Amino acid sequence: MTLIKTRHNRRSFLKVSTAAGGGMILGFSWLASCTPKKEELLTMPDEWFDINAYIKIGENGVVTIMSPNPEIGQNVKTSMPMIVAEELDINWKHVVVEQADLNLIKYSRQLAGGSQSIRQGWQGLRMAGATARRMLMEAAAKQWQVPLGELTTADGIITHKASNQSIGYGEVASSAAGIEVPEEVELKDQKDFKIIGQPTKNVDGTKIATGQPLFGLDYKEDGMLTAMIIHAPAFGMKLKSYDASAVKSMPGIKDVITVQTEVEERQWSDTNAFTEIVAVVGNSTWEVMKAKKALNVEWEWDTPGENTDEHAQEFVKILESSAKEPARLDGNPKDAFKNAAQVVERFFSAPLLAHNTLEPMNFFAHVTSDKALLVGPIQTPEYLSKSAASVLGLDEKQITIQMTRMGGGFGRRLYGHFGIEAAVISQKIGAPIKLVYTREDDMTQGTYRPSYLVKYRAALDEDNNLIGIHIKGTGSHGSPIFANRFPAGTVDNYLAENLNFQTNISAGAWRAPRSNFMAGAEQAFLDEVAETAGKDPIDFRLELFDRAINNPVGERNDYDPERYAGVLKLVREKSGWGKDIPGVYRGVSAYFCHNSYVAQVLDMEMVSGKPVVKKVWCAVDCGIVVNPEGARNQIEGGIIDGIGHAMYSSLTIKNGAPEQHNFDRYRLIRHREAPVEIETFFVNNGIDPTGLGEPSLPPISGALANALYKATGKRLYRQPFTQQDIVLG
Amino acid sequence: MATYNLNINGTNRQVDVESDTPMLWVLRDHLDLVGTKYGCGIAQCGACTIHLNGNAVRSCSVPVSAVGDQAVITIEGLSETVEKAEHAVQQAWLEHDVPQCGYCQAGQIMNAAALLTRNSNPSDEEIDDAMNGNICRCGTYIRIKAAIKTAASKMS
Ligand code: FES
Ligand code: FES
Repeated sequence: MTLIKTRHNRRSFLKVSTAAGGGMILGFSWLASCTPKKEELLTMPDEWFDINAYIKIGENGVVTIMSPNPEIGQNVKTSMPMIVAEELDINWKHVVVEQADLNLIKYSRQLAGGSQSIRQGWQGLRMAGATARRMLMEAAAKQWQVPLGELTTADGIITHKASNQSIGYGEVASSAAGIEVPEEVELKDQKDFKIIGQPTKNVDGTKIATGQPLFGLDYKEDGMLTAMIIHAPAFGMKLKSYDASAVKSMPGIKDVITVQTEVEERQWSDTNAFTEIVAVVGNSTWEVMKAKKALNVEWEWDTPGENTDEHAQEFVKILESSAKEPARLDGNPKDAFKNAAQVVERFFSAPLLAHNTLEPMNFFAHVTSDKALLVGPIQTPEYLSKSAASVLGLDEKQITIQMTRMGGGFGRRLYGHFGIEAAVISQKIGAPIKLVYTREDDMTQGTYRPSYLVKYRAALDEDNNLIGIHIKGTGSHGSPIFANRFPAGTVDNYLAENLNFQTNISAGAWRAPRSNFMAGAEQAFLDEVAETAGKDPIDFRLELFDRAINNPVGERNDYDPERYAGVLKLVREKSGWGKDIPGVYRGVSAYFCHNSYVAQVLDMEMVSGKPVVKKVWCAVDCGIVVNPEGARNQIEGGIIDGIGHAMYSSLTIKNGAPEQHNFDRYRLIRHREAPVEIETFFVNNGIDPTGLGEPSLPPISGALANALYKATGKRLYRQPFTQQDIVLG
Repeated sequence: MATYNLNINGTNRQVDVESDTPMLWVLRDHLDLVGTKYGCGIAQCGACTIHLNGNAVRSCSVPVSAVGDQAVITIEGLSETVEKAEHAVQQAWLEHDVPQCGYCQAGQIMNAAALLTRNSNPSDEEIDDAMNGNICRCGTYIRIKAAIKTAASKMS
């Protein structure tokens, strides 16, 4: 039995009130939850007490869970309410999930990024559900004049066995609203879970399948105008002049304006290479699009235009030098490499990538002299609010932000410049507007996944034991290396070095930042090292994990080698690794990021001379799986996304200008290139749930490269792999 | 500006727009049918797929002037009842819990529905061929294929 406190220093995480029309409403903080670290206990952050989610139990027994979380495709709008419903002990069929009215509750202090929503919400959501259940039971106990301890619940019904009475939640909801919130509540035993762990369908499934307005781009208000922007065509350029006279008289066009969005105190989310842009405002999208094309804008150089090719050469040069301070140093790598019987040395690189959320950036804004309403797809409303207030010259209290469903995030909507742009345009024009980026505006705006170059070296002794590892990395937004991740801790002599590089091309977090490249590079490299050592790639990795389990090197290793080895063993067993199947070429890979462990085996076949991904076997340790249906979908998506980007995608820059503007030249994976089958296996260990939106993506490029090597005899070091004339399917 | 009488989801709708306005924007901006999505504007992603006389077309690349009296069906009109996912393809989409972010799915569903009208029992290859123009950035391709097969089996 787990007891959990609902208060801290007399402040409560929960608040009860009567529902309009009868019933009870329990308000709670979606964040109350973050299991506090010791130092945080002394000063609990205020936002942990902000009520931003509600459970409403109507007299009719219908339970409505209102969550503040925007849906970016990680299925949190389904899985998080499942956690509440579990502790509340109701039938999922009687639950309605709504996005909380953000006008009422301001916005939630919740960041939908980094796969962490479930992890952070776990305790708080359970607490909220358990508290509501307990209060309903107290109300029933009072009504029946029986001891609370004699009551049981199931499926939203409270029963007192001794007196043979039972009552639905709805019938006691109004009286429960008058009961004080208990200071402590009991959580369910995991073995009693009825909803958590059950494959559950997306609560918005029907709305999506019938095309109902859910997304930012679908938002409308009366009198709303459409705005589009023109930003500099190249990084390093700034606005010189434009002549809007002809365009202003085009049909439907209201105005052409200059928009400044420089934020005085830039927060990290204010990443933006183009803070002075031109906006065209008019009645309808097509009219504005045409005017935008017709408008002649002159730009001038501010800083020099850069080139992808030059970056690549620079990276090589940079890696010839040494870092001033190593990111990590164990033992004596210098001697290890000097005395090695064999040394393997390889470079791995990856290009810039655009996020390319299928719904381009957009935002609605209605700004008047004393208030601003901003509506759209944003993962960081609290940051947007702050920056928008400062640019608009308003107080933060005057700003209301509403979040819509997002047509993909992948990290892109952490950077809210488009929200600020919409707000400034509305303020200048004096009307409600919806800002819409074209695909071209979106793809050429920057905030890219950085490009990288990493050099790996491994030293083997005469007995083919790994005695040294040296990693050196750089990238267009810093080095991608995680110095304390595997293989650190498994080898006596280890050196990791980070080297810097400066560029004017803006970069941002992209699904599983840095891991999205490092995993594939590392796992392809280790495959080659295992081959050089004459060892089976899985056995070789397991040997390293054994070392980290029994006799780890160094103080700080950011992974649990047993869980790591666990997923690898699981995928080995499930895929039947080791048996040779004629015509099937296999690659293996494993990685840990966002607190989850993933191992994959990829099966490839050659069909009419072309490699085809037949099957991916995927073992995942992400703690308790709240919703296996949604989780599988996430994992499959990450794998397909990872294969696609490693194979095909690349954004290149020539004289400061992106060379790909739309999906004709920027290749994304398509139906035909997707694996035929993906099978996912979860480790069942009862650990609190961890991230799922990201972890399946990083390792797959390693498994892909390793399988391609088996199938074609070529080791691939440069992404996208199509550069080496390889195409799937 | 010109006036166009269009046959949208079985009803007559009138719009006053420029003749080169793509159907995508006629639907979204002028008829309040925003289920049809914008993804690229250049016939590369399929998010804007609608039916013209039963054939799947990219509405971003069909000007209103080319539509005439052809029957236009959008995602909102795929089922008999508005907001009900009654069509076999929509049903299969729910059964396989296909969507992630959901943005591409109206286009995928419309394209799949047209495919099944043409070919009630498509092979894997025929599905790939027909669907290859519809990008799903979230990578739901495997579920889409499975859902199409389920829908095919229910329809025949
Ligand atoms: S928006 Fe029409 S195909 Fe992409
Ligand atoms: S579900 Fe997100 S683009 Fe397809």
